[in-house]
Amino acid sequence: MTSAAPVLSAQAIRRAYPLAGRSVEAVRGLSLEVMAGEWVAVVGTSGCGKSTLLNLLGAIDRPTTGRIVIAGRDVSALGDAEATRFRLTGVGFVFQRFYLMPTLTAAENVELPMAEARVPRAQREARARELLAYVGLDGRADHRPFQLSGGEQQRVAIARALANRPALLLADEPTGELDARTGAEMIALFDRLNRDGTTIVTVTHDEELAQAARRVVHMKDGVIVDDVLRRPLDARA
Amino acid sequence: MIARLALAALTRRRARTALTIAGVAVAAAMLLDMVMLGSGMRESFRGFIDQQGFQLRLTPRGTMPFDSEATVGGAAALVTALRADPDIARVGPVLGGKHFVAVDTGVVAGFLLGLDPTAQGDYRLEAGRDLAAADEMVVSTAWLVATGRTLGDTIRVAGGYDPQLRRATGERTLRIVGLGRFQMLAASDRAAAVPLATAQAMFGADRADRVSVLLVETRGGADAEAVARRLEAGEPRLTALSTEAALKFVDERLGYFRQLAFILASVSLAVGFLLVTTLVTVSVNERIGEIAVMRAIGVARARIVSQIVLEGVALSVAGATLGLGLGLVTARWLNGILATFPGLPAAFDFFRFEPAAAFRALGLLVCCGIAAGIWPAWRAATLPIATTLREEAVA
Ligand SMILES: Nc1ncnc2c1ncn2[C@@H]1O[C@H](COP(=O)(O)OP(=O)(O)O)[C@@H](O)[C@H]1O
Ligand SMILES: [Mg+2]
Repeated sequence: MTSAAPVLSAQAIRRAYPLAGRSVEAVRGLSLEVMAGEWVAVVGTSGCGKSTLLNLLGAIDRPTTGRIVIAGRDVSALGDAEATRFRLTGVGFVFQRFYLMPTLTAAENVELPMAEARVPRAQREARARELLAYVGLDGRADHRPFQLSGGEQQRVAIARALANRPALLLADEPTGELDARTGAEMIALFDRLNRDGTTIVTVTHDEELAQAARRVVHMKDGVIVDDVLRRPLDARA
Repeated sequence: MIARLALAALTRRRARTALTIAGVAVAAAMLLDMVMLGSGMRESFRGFIDQQGFQLRLTPRGTMPFDSEATVGGAAALVTALRADPDIARVGPVLGGKHFVAVDTGVVAGFLLGLDPTAQGDYRLEAGRDLAAADEMVVSTAWLVATGRTLGDTIRVAGGYDPQLRRATGERTLRIVGLGRFQMLAASDRAAAVPLATAQAMFGADRADRVSVLLVETRGGADAEAVARRLEAGEPRLTALSTEAALKFVDERLGYFRQLAFILASVSLAVGFLLVTTLVTVSVNERIGEIAVMRAIGVARARIVSQIVLEGVALSVAGATLGLGLGLVTARWLNGILATFPGLPAAFDFFRFEPAAAFRALGLLVCCGIAAGIWPAWRAATLPIATTLREEAVA
């Protein structure tokens, strides 16, 4: 699992938004490296640019300037088709509000990215079942999102993010919509995922989630102001 | 899975989808009826001009076609000459006029057609038998109803009425031998057909040996138009009108109708298009967050576009299918109304179903449905993902 090469390398990235005729920078010259197997929590006050950063890392958005290399690929300069392909197979994204397809069942939601990646039906059904079992939702495969609790929906969303075996899992405030107890369960799930080898970047202002991560990066006004390695990669429990 | 998502988008708001499909169906029915109207009049006209295989109508020169007042003399000689023509297979002379029948409540007036029962294209026998003797007649249903008579009855019929003497002229005792459907006349017309010589005698001296129309069937292989020109050159008193020329004449007359039908058909298409675009746009706006999420997790633009276009296609196919049934029912209903309309030939179908034209029109509607989905689909496929997700999160 440990590797010398970073899975993610962002160099001097900036993202400006036009605002009332002016340009406002949400991320201003940020650099970050994440090694394979790491779990990085990006923390900071609301509006400091965390979501903007995560969108850039996930190729949902493109930096105004700077370079982002993920798994050896420069994702900051991709065209739409390539960026879409990268989002499908290169990264997994978990949103604060789960964002499941309301008309599909839990299993179908997990299958959706695999269907898009043209994984054969039998194979994707098997993997969806396996992933739902992994996140602790064995019996809920045929439930629709509205039949699931918030925590359960977020588990389905995590299973969906992992469907195409991405090199990196990105999560924007994954506990933001959950109560404390469900949030703790979610943290335990992320911890298990990381121990099983998944490289994770979470963005949060949830202290508990931050404390569970191996490394905590503090952001302020679009730049990193502090970077604390709490648990080295080889210090496995 | 994409097809499932498209269908799910439609079934999520069942009432709304059903209403849109109903709207498209009405537009499709209108479109279909207009297409049927466009071709129906022309084709049914061809149908009854072509009846019994006569390709030419010879009428007195200088009169409008189908003008029943004008006649030409020397009929017997004309018929003999025409029958001797090597290009002509059959000649059917017709003399039209009025007739009067006394009933308890007064006098019933109707059309009287003198013709050759072995060469006629005016009626189709529906009951009884055809004319075989000089004192026999074939009548329409409306005639029987108006006179209160039935098949087999014998009755006094006058070929004219002198208002000054208040006396019927040219009276004959005729036997009703057959019931006919008169193609050129309205169902409500009281029509009677008798042998040509009988009619000529009943109409009086000024109609002796005269005819209104000569129907001509050309021999196989002869060019009807060429024969028409040759007959006109040889007989200056006559105008020869071929079925094709008559159709052209009718076509010109019906130009207005077809233009109107074309405009209404275009309006129907536009309405169908707008209905589908509106619904698909509303549906896309409603799901804009979901679409942004699909794009965020790596669903390709093309897939989004096809999903949304599929929605439009499903709507228009469902609407067109329903509209086909609805259009046929309304066309039939309107035909029924127009068949009883006074002065219109009963055999005249205003709306005629022609599969090729109908399916072409409905195909065009489905194409409109596809086109209707394209703009909302493209808008959805090119939305800014991060901004849309952000706006959805705030909403
Ligand atoms: N699409 C956008 N358009 C304009 N301004 C934006 C947009 N997205 C983010 N911003 C601005 O960028 C800053 C950082 O936002 P964000 O990355 O969402 O912060 P965080 O996730 O840390 O709360 C905020 O001031 C926000 O208003
Ligand atoms: Mg945020």
